[in-house]
Amino acid sequence: MLGLLGPLRSRLVIGLLALSLGLLSGMGQSWAVKPDEILKNPVLEARARDISSRLRCLVCQNQSIDDSNADLARDLRLLVRERLKKGDSNTEVMDFLVARYGEFVLLKPTFSLHNLVLWLTPLIGLLGGGILALRYMRGVGKEQAGAAELTAAEHERLNRLLKDSD
Amino acid sequence: MNGQRFEEPAAAVIIEIGHFALMLALAVAMVQMIMPFWGARVGDYGLMRIAEPAALAQFGLICISFMALIYAYVTSDFSVLNVFQNSHSTKPLIYRISGVWGNHEGSMILWVLILALFGAFVALFGRSLPQRLRSDVLAVQASIGVAFLLYIIFASNPFLRLVPAPLDGRGLNPILQDPALAFHPPFLYTGYVGFSMAFSFSIAALVEGRIDAAWARWVRPWTLLAWMCLTLGIAMGSWWAYYELGWGGWWFWDPVENASFMPWLAGTALLHSAVVMEKREALKVWTLLLAILAFSLSLMGTFLVRSGVLSSVHAFAVDPARGTFILAIMVIFIGGSLTLFAMRAKELRQGGMFAPISREGGLVLNNLLLTVACATVLVGTLQPLAAEMFGLKISVGAPYFNMTFVPLMIPLLLAIPYGPFLAWKRGDFVGASQRLMAAAVIALLLIVAVFAVVQHGPWLAPFGLALGLWVIGGAVSEWAFRVRLFKASLHENLRRARNLPRSVYGTTVAHCGMGVLVIGIVATTAWRSEVVTTVKPGESVAIAGYDMKFIGVFPGRGPNYQEQVGRFDVSKGGTKVLSLFPAKRIYDAPRQATNEAGIYPSLTGDLYVVLGDHLKNGGYALRAYFNPMVRFIWIGTLIMFLGGGLSLSDRRLRIGAPKPARKPRNAVPAE
Repeated sequence: MLGLLGPLRSRLVIGLLALSLGLLSGMGQSWAVKPDEILKNPVLEARARDISSRLRCLVCQNQSIDDSNADLARDLRLLVRERLKKGDSNTEVMDFLVARYGEFVLLKPTFSLHNLVLWLTPLIGLLGGGILALRYMRGVGKEQAGAAELTAAEHERLNRLLKDSD
Repeated sequence: MNGQRFEEPAAAVIIEIGHFALMLALAVAMVQMIMPFWGARVGDYGLMRIAEPAALAQFGLICISFMALIYAYVTSDFSVLNVFQNSHSTKPLIYRISGVWGNHEGSMILWVLILALFGAFVALFGRSLPQRLRSDVLAVQASIGVAFLLYIIFASNPFLRLVPAPLDGRGLNPILQDPALAFHPPFLYTGYVGFSMAFSFSIAALVEGRIDAAWARWVRPWTLLAWMCLTLGIAMGSWWAYYELGWGGWWFWDPVENASFMPWLAGTALLHSAVVMEKREALKVWTLLLAILAFSLSLMGTFLVRSGVLSSVHAFAVDPARGTFILAIMVIFIGGSLTLFAMRAKELRQGGMFAPISREGGLVLNNLLLTVACATVLVGTLQPLAAEMFGLKISVGAPYFNMTFVPLMIPLLLAIPYGPFLAWKRGDFVGASQRLMAAAVIALLLIVAVFAVVQHGPWLAPFGLALGLWVIGGAVSEWAFRVRLFKASLHENLRRARNLPRSVYGTTVAHCGMGVLVIGIVATTAWRSEVVTTVKPGESVAIAGYDMKFIGVFPGRGPNYQEQVGRFDVSKGGTKVLSLFPAKRIYDAPRQATNEAGIYPSLTGDLYVVLGDHLKNGGYALRAYFNPMVRFIWIGTLIMFLGGGLSLSDRRLRIGAPKPARKPRNAVPAE
């Protein structure tokens, strides 16, 4: 497929690489980051924004620290940037925050046992519902087919009636 | 207009009349709940016929009650506790009126008003329904009314008095003082309270043990009306959040938003299921269940928002005791209806069969995906609450919903154009695909064009755009096929176009609206750009091809607030476009600060500017965004609303609106 694009290919690849970061930060637009928090290093800043979009503001309902104007959100944003400057990887920063504040700080629930119902519902719902739907459609068909079949006695009666009406 | 220090007798009486009317409404509702139901069981027409006048009386009484409350707010009667808590004499008139439903107690009156309104509709327009069914439906509707009227009168009474009357009120939260927000609750309530009608019909059908195409034909208009209003209500809420909350976001998967979205998903599935029931007498059980679910979700939403279980920018601050009352109502109605369903559903005769590839099959797929999506949102919303009961604190936010909800919508969007092209009972997939070829080609061309033109952003975005265009193309293709576009003369095309039933136009328009919505969502999510910086007066900021020159910040004054207004002169390519005035306001009562964004809307995208803090060096913090095509989101929902309206206006779908017989032109005596 990339071959078809010819001259656009290199642009596409560069676009993909450079702005896969853009993708991530595009997904996590910040509405609350203040100018004095922004790191000088754009790569680090992009990572900070990506991580922030996945962290919950602890005193808000479901807002990320990127979206919230709360003071605690600002503290957490600064903390994330601090850890990044110290050289932590993305995972290490997240782990550090989870160690401090618990799973509550993660906006995406972990893939652990107590979150099973969250991740299984869509899958099981689709599969289960699909199976039920197919069985329903086949079941209705059978019911109709069954109703349509005549017993031998009914066949006899039908023939007699037809003969009588001639 | 200051608060009245001496109670004028007229004002005092009006409030008490309102209070009394509410209690009378409760009494009427109790009668309406018991007598017609009993009459329907024993076949007593006299008892059954109590239902209609009772329903009309109930509506009239609650109307009086509601208007008394409005009167109290408009005249700023602070002897009423509710008015004191939520209003202020300096509030503009329109917000004094909308303040009636801007708080918990007042909004519950609106809730029961709409409940009674739908009951009155059935009483007035339901003449062609069999009496027994009508009586059963009104009895169930009344039972819901009884439950909530009891709740209001004993646990959330807006008519409580304060003696002595204070001079002024505490005021309405300033971010709620907004025209869009003022009218968002009535639409929202007409939506999910409107689903009570489908619920009542379902319970009545289960009790009677029979359900048929005529039932579905009856339920459809009310469900459609409720769905339309819910769509608009949710859209208005989203639009308001976008420009008011200063975040520029338009959907947050906030539990309160989810609480209104879930009934919408179930309601959409219900609408489509009712279509199948009406045309083919199939999917009866599923339609019934969806009707019960849609209203159950509405009840659950009501509970979530008011129980204090959630704290949210939306939620009413209510104490837990009231929450327990609603929880009890929920358990009774949801538990009762589902139990009844489990017991009686098998008695309903199954309808026509159909092949998996058929319009019915397509609608089954539609129902399945919408129901699973609804279940996912439900689990995502409730899981944190459930986990907390076990001592675990977890969060379920946007990342979860984006990962689960979006993939469910993709096959749905792919399937939408196929639906109308597949025949009932047995459809031709290949034939349908051929007719959709044009739409598919246009969508693919779009993908290529976007990749060529736009060099940044997520690579999945063009596919998302194409998906939206595919849905629009599919809807237009179907219309083109029906009018034989390019295959017959223009005259023939026009003739056919004129004779197409309105419900067909309704479907086409509504599906187009869906496509437009998808395009808006994809474009704004994928290609938003932002600039976060500081500016001093005289400096310029560049974003998305625009150049914004910061002139300065000037003080101003509004009816009940003071503000600092920033001025930005926006130009593009050297020519000035307009000036934007983002502002920071401080309201008088209660003393709260808000941030008003400066927005330059256009179809290609919104320029969105938010003024930040005043910095020590004389500059200001600034956030500027460009949101591509974000208006498409609300335009799309408006188009869906209009599509629903077109479908609703189709007379064929409304029993009880008989066409008057026309005189035959040349009557010739039979020989």
